Amino acid sequence: METDKTAIVSKLRQDILLWEGYKPPVAGERGSLGLGPLESAFPNGIFPLGSIHEMVCASSEQAAASGGFVSAILSVLMKQGCIGVWIGRKERLFAPAFAGFGVQADKIIFISLTKDKDALWVMEEALKCPGLTAVVCELREIDFKQSQRFQRAVEQSRVTGFVLRNAANKLSATACAARWQVSPLPSTDLNGLPGLGFLRWKADLLKVRNGHTGSWELEWQGGNFVTVDKLAISEERQVG
Amino acid sequence: MQKRFMSIWFRHLLTDGLTRRRPELKTLPFVIATPVKNRIIITASSLLAEQEGAFTGMAVADAKAALAELVVIDELPGQAAKLLRLIGLGCIRYTPIVSIDLPEGLMLDISGCAHLWGGEREYLKEIVLKLRAAGFDARAAIADTPGAAWAVARFAQKRPIIPSSMQAAAITSLPPAALRLEPEILERMQKLGFCTIGPLLEILPQALRRRFGQGLLTRIGQALGIIEEYWEPVVPPVAYTARLPCLEPICTAAGIGIAIEKLLEILCRQLKNEGKGLRKAILKCHRIDGRKVQVAITTTKGSHSVSHLMRLFQLQIGKIEPALGIELFILEAPRVEDMGTMQEKLWAEAKGLADNALAELLDRIAGKVGINAIQRFLPTENHWPERSMKLATSLTEQPETAWPVLQRPIRLVQPPEPIDVMALVPDHPPRLFVHKGKRHSIAKADGPERIGREWWQDSGEHRDYYIVEDSDGGRYWLFRSGYYDGGDARWYLHGYFA
Repeated sequence: METDKTAIVSKLRQDILLWEGYKPPVAGERGSLGLGPLESAFPNGIFPLGSIHEMVCASSEQAAASGGFVSAILSVLMKQGCIGVWIGRKERLFAPAFAGFGVQADKIIFISLTKDKDALWVMEEALKCPGLTAVVCELREIDFKQSQRFQRAVEQSRVTGFVLRNAANKLSATACAARWQVSPLPSTDLNGLPGLGFLRWKADLLKVRNGHTGSWELEWQGGNFVTVDKLAISEERQVG
Repeated sequence: MQKRFMSIWFRHLLTDGLTRRRPELKTLPFVIATPVKNRIIITASSLLAEQEGAFTGMAVADAKAALAELVVIDELPGQAAKLLRLIGLGCIRYTPIVSIDLPEGLMLDISGCAHLWGGEREYLKEIVLKLRAAGFDARAAIADTPGAAWAVARFAQKRPIIPSSMQAAAITSLPPAALRLEPEILERMQKLGFCTIGPLLEILPQALRRRFGQGLLTRIGQALGIIEEYWEPVVPPVAYTARLPCLEPICTAAGIGIAIEKLLEILCRQLKNEGKGLRKAILKCHRIDGRKVQVAITTTKGSHSVSHLMRLFQLQIGKIEPALGIELFILEAPRVEDMGTMQEKLWAEAKGLADNALAELLDRIAGKVGINAIQRFLPTENHWPERSMKLATSLTEQPETAWPVLQRPIRLVQPPEPIDVMALVPDHPPRLFVHKGKRHSIAKADGPERIGREWWQDSGEHRDYYIVEDSDGGRYWLFRSGYYDGGDARWYLHGYFA
């Protein structure tokens, strides 16, 4: 009787997730994106594609860190021949930097706009286009209604959207699947070598739909996310 | 199909045009004059002045002697051509091919147009009444050949519409001047007693050529339709055009939308049959107040999809100002390209940059925010950061080199912002820097990476770049312009690392 109940409840949970747009992992399809521990925070243990993630950027440093974090995710999403759209302010991004994250910058179409109103329109149109893999948009603010429109668009097209919000002091509720805040952390030297180490970030998952919030310290090491505590162990091994 | 031409003659073109601009001249007898060989000769004379005896070709002094209150206005060269061009552009609503017939007429190729107005009689009446309402004393005639229409418009008293292949009968009773001949030939004809064209048509061509030259034979041939005549249209006709005249003037956005959709259906069917794709389209709307408004769309890839083009035009409808109403829509495709037939795919796959949906998306964005907002970058073999990439000219342009994997900031500060720096040892990374009033004490640094200027492009100092990390973990790209001990070494912040 007990087992029946839990089975029913878990079945119901799966159904609710399905109605909300989360698909259970399909056999034969690679469920994991290689994002390490980040994926465990999401329902079914899968980083939700085909939904909207918002990144809160309080400063230029955080904006740069969020940009790096997003491009690291893009490198996983944008496999051979996939196209991304990056909607940004005028001449802020430096295309050659994407090579460091394993993204071919000529596969990204940059749209530089000055008005939030235009950016919202372009973002919605881009999210409706099923040929794209990911759409990144830098905005000052986004309201609940607009985020709902985005969510409705991606449910049809299965495009993954990232919204980089600059006005961190005016955080309103949105319909996005997750809210991140990525800030840079001081890097550690590699076995006593001088200079900078790997890029290190503190990724806070402030809100997540049907998942668990969390905070991770991550490093970007040669095309992979590595959590820092794991790294400390591996370093000790090397030293020992 | 039998060609039909309409010739319009403006009896007082210059004076009517002037009266339109200066209504106070309406009640005054006035002439337009220009100096010829030390005399001032009348080149155009208004209806009132003509009634008083001041005719074109007279000396102004003679005319003034007869009519003291005659107003004389200097002639502006090229005025007739300018006026005719304007009227001609206005006549495009009646036919796409309108030509200027200097000095005082227009020639319209009306083949296949008249039935839209309910026949040639109504068509002619509509045009002439419209021109007369605008203040121009116009006469018009319709015939199979431009020559016959020209003759009938100017010299026939009645029956301006010559039925098909009846031009010979129509011009026999007209004077030889109706054949557009030079004055010397006309003078010679008058001496020989030719008062009408009729007798000329009965003489053998060889005899006519011997006495009057080849010019006369050409003109007769053109009037009768034996010799083709070429007229240069005011607006060169576009190969892919669709027209939609409206019975009632349209002044709502919904109405304009329906009109565009109808036009697109016609045009796209034509393009599809010929295997072409549209790259640029112009919608011209002729309003009932005589003005014309137009909007244009461009596509990144040839397209003949009605739904896609309709969506592009939907963004432009707001820019069309209908005022009192639009009576004619013309859709032109000045730029088209060959298009291969698409093969339907059985399975979905990432199509990359060749994707049609992507091209359509970019068209919509370009229509909304402008084509300059869309950028795609390609790598160039250049170390100077500002020149290490270039804008791609098309969506399908491939990079010539691979992107170099270098440590570069994801956000570039353009132009570099000056900072205040403290460095302990020359040529070492700085210990701290101040940017926008905030102190950053530097914990770790990499560098320098020296990037020299390309001397063949510009002169100036080289840059020594340092990647630095402050105690909060922020990572920056700094550079020093020039040598440390150089007189004007300056430090700049050039980017933020992730």
